[in-house]
Amino acid sequence: MISDPPIFNSSPVLEGTDEDQLLRVSLGPQHPSTHGVFRMNVELDGETVVKLKPVFGYLHRNHEKIAETTGYLGSMPYTDRLDYICPLSNNWAYALSVEKLAGIEVPERAQHMRVILAELTRLVNHTAFMGFILADMGAWGSALMYAFREREKILDLFEDLTGARMMANFMRFGGCRNDFPDGWDARLRTLIDHYPHFLDEMEEFLLGNEILLARTRDVGALPKESLINGGVTGPMLRAAGVNHDLRKADPYGIYDRFSFRIPLGEVGDCYDRIMIRFLEMRESLGILKQAAAALPGGDFVNPKIKIRNFKPPVGESYARVEGPKGELGFYLVSDGGPNPYRYRVRPPSFINLTLLEDMCLGLDLADVVIILGSIDIVLGEVDR
Amino acid sequence: MTASPAAVDAAGWFAPEQLPMLPQRLVEHLLSLTGAPEVLISIAGIAASAGTVLLVFSSAFALLSLIERKVLARAQNRIGPNRAGWFGLLQPLADGIKMLTKEDVVPDKAEKFLHFLAPVLIVLPAILALGVLPYGRDWTPLPLEAGLLFFFAIGALTELSVFIAGWASGSKFPMLGAMRAISQMVSYELPLILSALGVVMVSGTLSLQEIAAQQSGFHFGFIPAWNLFTPWGLVAGLLFFICSIAEANRSPFDLPEGESEIVAGHMTEYSGFKYALFFMGEYLGLFAIAGLGITLFLGGWQPPVPGLAYVPSWVWFAAKISVVIFLYLWIRASFPRLRIDQLMRFAWLCMIPMALLTLPAAAIWHFTGRGAFSWLVTLPLLLVPWIILGNVFNRRLAPGRRRYRFADG
Repeated sequence: MISDPPIFNSSPVLEGTDEDQLLRVSLGPQHPSTHGVFRMNVELDGETVVKLKPVFGYLHRNHEKIAETTGYLGSMPYTDRLDYICPLSNNWAYALSVEKLAGIEVPERAQHMRVILAELTRLVNHTAFMGFILADMGAWGSALMYAFREREKILDLFEDLTGARMMANFMRFGGCRNDFPDGWDARLRTLIDHYPHFLDEMEEFLLGNEILLARTRDVGALPKESLINGGVTGPMLRAAGVNHDLRKADPYGIYDRFSFRIPLGEVGDCYDRIMIRFLEMRESLGILKQAAAALPGGDFVNPKIKIRNFKPPVGESYARVEGPKGELGFYLVSDGGPNPYRYRVRPPSFINLTLLEDMCLGLDLADVVIILGSIDIVLGEVDR
Repeated sequence: MTASPAAVDAAGWFAPEQLPMLPQRLVEHLLSLTGAPEVLISIAGIAASAGTVLLVFSSAFALLSLIERKVLARAQNRIGPNRAGWFGLLQPLADGIKMLTKEDVVPDKAEKFLHFLAPVLIVLPAILALGVLPYGRDWTPLPLEAGLLFFFAIGALTELSVFIAGWASGSKFPMLGAMRAISQMVSYELPLILSALGVVMVSGTLSLQEIAAQQSGFHFGFIPAWNLFTPWGLVAGLLFFICSIAEANRSPFDLPEGESEIVAGHMTEYSGFKYALFFMGEYLGLFAIAGLGITLFLGGWQPPVPGLAYVPSWVWFAAKISVVIFLYLWIRASFPRLRIDQLMRFAWLCMIPMALLTLPAAAIWHFTGRGAFSWLVTLPLLLVPWIILGNVFNRRLAPGRRRYRFADG
């Protein structure tokens, strides 16, 4: 009566299961909680997952090839659409890579602006994450709507600065596209002052709930070693207690001037992943406060840079930033022409996702959804 | 039993208290004027009575579908439907038209007949269960001597129809949903019935109208003498409420539907009006179980404050059911979903032992004179296990907060 989905390889099934009795379910690409068009081919013994094969590529749009046939600046708007929750971090990572390739200096003011925007993006991402994970847990839109209310305030700031709420296309080689408009700094400071109230409220709202604790504690934890071997980065890695944050480990921009701490978890389960993001948001607010106070005058972009006919010298470069989801890197090879010869993205969502099966085996179908949510993927970045 | 039409003069029919019985009496009176046989008159009267229940609760269902969306929206910092009519009042109508005009898709691999039967079967028991509830002092549409027994017997049919829906769809998500539904509903049926049993023991009857009538009067002149305000009744009432959420498949026990996990559970392969019927069955079931809970623990149609006896009793029933249903909505807007193993563990290790304990507590309460001394004896009997079980569960489910360290740079 029930036929099998076509794509299955023959990885070994958990011991003690009768293979004839397995229920093969294709979760996605049309499924309410796959965060887009992700698909998991799951084999279930009752409700226990004994095999899980991720299938992706439904949102593949040739990002890297397009970038290799487009001028350097022409790829900037495409990077917005990688991880569309946090476009400004993507912009920065790409700009950083090109600046490294062409040896471009970035003025002080632009550096501060970039830090401010990247940390705001981190707030946006982690705030939205809190809503999404609760929606995955079946709390409908309640947490999501409150999270989005706060996210909206930051998006309003982005809109006034860049003209777009999400697709910012804001960073340029050697700085940013335009300066902060009048009164923007003051609004930023108001936001920074008010955000902790929301965080307190949300933290109490979420973490005082026994059901949430029961659903997330000891779910989806992996040992540090397998996370490191799997190349996992970002809050997921730090939740397991590995002290690796590029802002400290390989400082870029002017992060070495600010004082902030890296929160580290112990167990690395879904609960830790939620908590780490809460703590990171508080640290981000600290950085924002320092950066807003230290914001110097001057140019918002290096005036010597010619945008037209931009041709970096022959060479290669790899630059990475600590994006909200993990290490986001761009690898560029230039042959001296107007287009990159090779353009490669190191997407944190995609690489964090590779350990999904290891995290889910032996758990319930309901846990799979939460674990997927706790990895915090955006399909635009996974499929590119 | 309802009074026969001849016993009441026509003017009394229009008294507020007697209003729900008006259609039945009119039909019976008109038929008796034509000289129809006695059997026909009583059948027509029953049909009119059933029609009243159906009409009231179908419109309540339509209204609730709107209110639910509005309440959820308010809880979620939204406005909710406000396009169709004033405050979205015509939204149920728009939804109804949409559902009726949608294509009715039957999957290739479905068992055609059973696929059709399931949504019908889910509405039926809910309507039948609504028939035995005492809505007012004088009005029980179907005044059975063993109304409670009938309610539970009929209510068990819901599980069957959910399973039929899951099995007959010939698809995997419905299958998983049906699996979850069966295990959940069977597990929660037990504490549900056990918690109702205490009431039966104390009131000595299975008749719902009798149970409601016994809860009249006030302690100290202001605390209503409802079953809820006794030590065993408080525990049993809470258990009943929790179980009724699970029985009605509502959040946080909405695993059979489990949108974020198994799409829509047993309803995944249904569309159009069959889908609407599932919703109708679910909401009518919700009314029925809330009505039963009110009758058992909240004094049924009894007024909650002294001196308001002139308000028709069915108004109190409606008011109480509204409050209880609002609680369901509030809970739905607030909680994430449990996992199936946690749900089962909660039922078998926590709910059923507590429900069993209410039985000796109810017996002791009855035989020690239902006074201050009974409070003294029964309260510790229930409170101690409640606290112990609660602590054990809290420690297992939600151990203390973790501490996080920071790596300074």
